[in-house]
Amino acid sequence: MEFRRKDLLGVADLEPEEIQLILDTAASFKEISTRPIKKVPTLRGKTVVTMFYEPSTRTRMSFEIAAKRLSADTLNLTVSASSAVKGETLADTAHNLEAMAPDVLVIRHYASGAPHYLARRLKCGVVNAGDGLHEHPTQALLDLLTVREAKGTLSGLKVAIVGDIAHSRVARSDIQAFTKMGSRVTVAGPATMLPPYLETLGAKVTTSLVEAVRDADVIMMLRLQLERMGQMFLSTLREYSQFFGLAPRHLNLAKDDVIIMHPGPLNRGVEISPEVADGPHSLILEQVANGVAVRMAVLYFLIGGEKG
Amino acid sequence: MSLLIKGGLVVDPSTHLEDPLDLLVEQGKIAALEPPGSIPEEGRRVIAAAGLVVAPGLIDMHVHLREPGEEYKETICTGTRAAVQGGFTAVACMPNTKPVNDTTAVTRLILDQAKVAGNARVYPVGAVSLGSKGEALSEYGDLKAAGVVALSDDGHPVSNSMLMRRALEYAKTFDLPVISHCEDLQLSADGVMHEGKVSLQLGLKGVPGAAEEVMVYRDLTLAALTGARLHIAHVSTAGSVAIIRLAKAMGLAVSAETAPHYFSLTDAAVLGYNTHAKVNPPLRTEMDVRSIKEALRDGTLDAVASDHAPHSSLEKELEFAAAAFGLIGLETSLGLTLKLVHEGTLNLIQAIERLSTGPARVLGVAGGTLEVGSPADITLIDLNREWTVDVGTFASKSRNCPFDGWILKGKAVMTIVGGKVVWEEEGRG
Repeated sequence: MEFRRKDLLGVADLEPEEIQLILDTAASFKEISTRPIKKVPTLRGKTVVTMFYEPSTRTRMSFEIAAKRLSADTLNLTVSASSAVKGETLADTAHNLEAMAPDVLVIRHYASGAPHYLARRLKCGVVNAGDGLHEHPTQALLDLLTVREAKGTLSGLKVAIVGDIAHSRVARSDIQAFTKMGSRVTVAGPATMLPPYLETLGAKVTTSLVEAVRDADVIMMLRLQLERMGQMFLSTLREYSQFFGLAPRHLNLAKDDVIIMHPGPLNRGVEISPEVADGPHSLILEQVANGVAVRMAVLYFLIGGEKG
Repeated sequence: MSLLIKGGLVVDPSTHLEDPLDLLVEQGKIAALEPPGSIPEEGRRVIAAAGLVVAPGLIDMHVHLREPGEEYKETICTGTRAAVQGGFTAVACMPNTKPVNDTTAVTRLILDQAKVAGNARVYPVGAVSLGSKGEALSEYGDLKAAGVVALSDDGHPVSNSMLMRRALEYAKTFDLPVISHCEDLQLSADGVMHEGKVSLQLGLKGVPGAAEEVMVYRDLTLAALTGARLHIAHVSTAGSVAIIRLAKAMGLAVSAETAPHYFSLTDAAVLGYNTHAKVNPPLRTEMDVRSIKEALRDGTLDAVASDHAPHSSLEKELEFAAAAFGLIGLETSLGLTLKLVHEGTLNLIQAIERLSTGPARVLGVAGGTLEVGSPADITLIDLNREWTVDVGTFASKSRNCPFDGWILKGKAVMTIVGGKVVWEEEGRG
């Protein structure tokens, strides 16, 4: 199996074998981050540009650290949505960047499909670091890696994804990623946050947190994206946390070795109680560590090796 | 000069005629319809129509010509050129120009430009409300006197139900139909495509069919309340079809149209973030497509109208959510409708009816007939011609067409307006 793509746009496009390859490679890259000198020359002379049209701390840092550990040069461009509206089009911005000959462009954008739009127009590689409500493929890959490390396999696991599915690109990518790798995904949340036709992505759908977490091997809590929601998706945060917040009592319903994940940033006390977030089942920080390894692997496959 | 259209199959839904006849045009009017060979050729331009359908001129009752204000997208000249090239002898143009057609000055400008262009007839639609802002009624009496044939705030719904009631009543005063763009803006919110499987996959915000249907229902009840002439624009869902069918069965004086894209495409056309498939109301599902075809067949839908909505690359070569709604259709509408004939959904009379006689009846304008004494608006159609849609050959200024590259069967070859050949296919002679 080889990875022969110009871009990484979404989990939807990936074959299970490609996912496997990225995970295996990411696992082998993890060791680099434990060395006293955390750098290898693999991508020396390559340029990685990150272009973020939405605020982000961890994803952007994670890409930057990943690129630097592989010796690539990195450049960050933060574009506020308002100035983009006033100024040039996305295509013009990207063509201007391309004129400076980067090897790969990592983009986060508030518009679903923006990375696809760029990928069609640019010769350099494009990595989707989150587009609108659509996909966040590297997050799904790091989630897979985290679960695979903890469980030894991805096949046959019950994975519960709970919360604001409607506004979550992580949920869209995770549902497809876990399903492709043989896990059984159940999504749960209030019906206001469950878009119609979720079952067509391969997930089981329920409005009951209890049903979702029962016998679960993995519980993934999603952040309540209050900034994307406007009104009318829930009544009060108090009631939301009462019915859809993960608390210690829920863990008794799940498998004994259940792992708790969250893509961050946390709304502590809303979708997840501090006891659970910081408890022994939580792998939330492991996810962050694996994010660097997965992004190293992705950059390596897109611009490293003989292809570069 | 008089024209003799010879050897064609005359299809006239207004008289249920479908016979081989020769048709004589004199002084801009249809002068005679006689058995083949019985009208002498001498002194007349003879148009050989063997193998062709001779139809009453097609009427597209819902187009956007963009002039005044957005001439970089389309002008009245290029838009009507696209019309005649697509077989249409008349179009009704929506008032959402810049400025909005809510005053007689704009109406007169449109009619003057149409006259200068000399292509298709242009029937201006006036605004329901001043500036189409949904606040105050525009001057329906003056607008009608200036040449407006209907009223609409198309592009926007009339959200205020009381204003819609008053608009229907005031329009009734002047015997003008109100064409309603049915959309509950709270339900459609910031949706950019149909809410369904594909919107979920693409992470695009969806517009459920209900956003259209609740307003269709509202307007039908208001039509019943006021007794006014109501026409529902661009019907896109099975639910709307069902409510309109019911209203008609109850005897309500309501009419409705759909556009070719609603029976030719589904929301799957958006895959790949194709902005040419971004249109309002959005492309729906297979089930909706089936219902719309059935409604065209049984007459629940009176007209096929293209909702020709030209946009330039400035509005379309963007991220999907940022791109404008709308696609152009004047040059593909006939071919896509004839597809329904070839697949057996409609017979030929029905297809011509929805493209000509139906819209003439809804708007209350001349045309839609080949009866002796009527204006000689005639479209000659080669029913079996296969052709490939190529936006490069379009007369429209814009290129936002999701059908580029499609192979269609059936094409207009000559368009006659008021007895004058305004367009004929190259190579005819």
